[in-house]
Amino acid sequence: MSDIKLPIYLDYSATTPIDPRVAAKMSECLTIEGTFGNPASRSHEFGWVAEEAVDLARQQVADLVNADPREIVWTSGATEADNLAIKGAAHFYKKKGNHIITMKTEHKAVLDTCRQLEREGFEVTYLDPQENGLLDLEKLKAATTDQTVVISVMHVNNEIGVIQDIEAIGEFAREQGIIFHVDAAQSTGKVEIDLQHLKVDLMSFCAHKTYGPKGIGALYVRRKPRVRLEAQMHGGGHERGMRSGTLATHQIVGMGEAFRLAKEEMATENERIRMLRDRLYNGLNDMEEVYVNGDLEHRIAGNLNISFNFVEGESLIMALRDLAVSSGSACTSASLEPSYVLRALGRNDELAHSSIRFTIGRFTTVEEIDYAIGLVRSAVEKLRDLSPLWDMYKAGIDLNSVEWVAH
Amino acid sequence: MAYSEKVLDHYENPRNVGVLEDDDSVGTGMVGAPACGDVMKLQIKVSNEGIIEDAKFKTYGCGSAIASSSLVTEWVKGKSLDEAAEIKNTHIAEELALPPVKIHCSVLAEDAIAAAIDNYRSKKQ
Repeated sequence: MSDIKLPIYLDYSATTPIDPRVAAKMSECLTIEGTFGNPASRSHEFGWVAEEAVDLARQQVADLVNADPREIVWTSGATEADNLAIKGAAHFYKKKGNHIITMKTEHKAVLDTCRQLEREGFEVTYLDPQENGLLDLEKLKAATTDQTVVISVMHVNNEIGVIQDIEAIGEFAREQGIIFHVDAAQSTGKVEIDLQHLKVDLMSFCAHKTYGPKGIGALYVRRKPRVRLEAQMHGGGHERGMRSGTLATHQIVGMGEAFRLAKEEMATENERIRMLRDRLYNGLNDMEEVYVNGDLEHRIAGNLNISFNFVEGESLIMALRDLAVSSGSACTSASLEPSYVLRALGRNDELAHSSIRFTIGRFTTVEEIDYAIGLVRSAVEKLRDLSPLWDMYKAGIDLNSVEWVAH
Repeated sequence: MAYSEKVLDHYENPRNVGVLEDDDSVGTGMVGAPACGDVMKLQIKVSNEGIIEDAKFKTYGCGSAIASSSLVTEWVKGKSLDEAAEIKNTHIAEELALPPVKIHCSVLAEDAIAAAIDNYRSKKQ
């Protein structure tokens, strides 16, 4: 145990450290000796070399998802890509219709963008997921009208790690002539993505969930059939006019290398991470009143989102100070709301409050997982000893029958 | 969020955790709701002279809620019911240096004292 470095990082869905191989490539693009030039400079060597580096990265990103490099538009991250995709398509196609469909479990970058479009006069349908977190395709079909111009569904959910069937959704959207956007921030390097095969029109990526740097992402914009966007950022007309702004060569090179490594190592890496996740799950699952949130089958390897009934999430996080994990309860921020994703699954507030998201990644070890299991078990035990709800549960009292004094 | 040292101390070493056997000398107050993320159960044992001679708690809630309830079990002991009723949430919040988002924990602890006293008095009527 003594050689374990604390705290243990189990929050890979929040962000990942940059892979040292990526950092090495990035550092070659910063100083006077390196590729520091402006990729848009056409009149000298410095610009040409930088442009070459950007082109290579564009190819590397395209390769991971089997796209054409001309379909990749650099952005500052997935949030900007989501904004550009949804606002850009809604604005461009607004003569065709004013209706957008998305899900309640989407990332805020999608939900808030849709809210903004509502303020501009668009109508948005926010679909409930099924209890396992997955979209019911029939519900999507039923919500579609002749005014629907954009459907936006994330590939992998950031909180519960479930994988949506974007193949089936894409088939439907294409058949209806509706633009289909997918937020894939959480899926690169974790799930196979083949854009020659998938009928996805727009796809958002970011580097920092896949061992690349923060501050860089990309939007895939399909060429055949061609998808048009109204630019949201105006200026020098970079990225074929879709996103102006000088390209951040070092960031882009980092994203390219990170995605190249992801393509190369994804298969073996996922197998190892799944083994660790299952070890963690098996180490906790035999405790009483433990619930996994979201489908276990259609789920990325590295995610375990689990609720410990009768234990409050924030106090659990506090007991787990040696683990860097996320709580489904947003108590630690200013709001005291339980996770809207877990609420959308139909989880009651108590279970939503008592959830912990463990996300495992490239640098997680077996020793760390075993240490985490021991820590979680003793923390849950300690807090249940403190919990009046646990006593009531043990005494056979149905907590739903109690008249609580809400405050 | 950074917790104050006193919150951490009460959280790590909660005082007077447990359950008192229910009889006429014991008042029990349970406040809060699981859906809100806090439930506090405070019990007081009152002597014939009307002095709180023992107190126990169990709390489902964040670290500040646990610390607030742990603290009040220490504070009410040795006090008369009227004196215990004088303990206000501001005293608790000040003692534990609770940040604004955690003030509701101290309010809940004050409510728990009042509920336990009410329960005891209703038994005596």
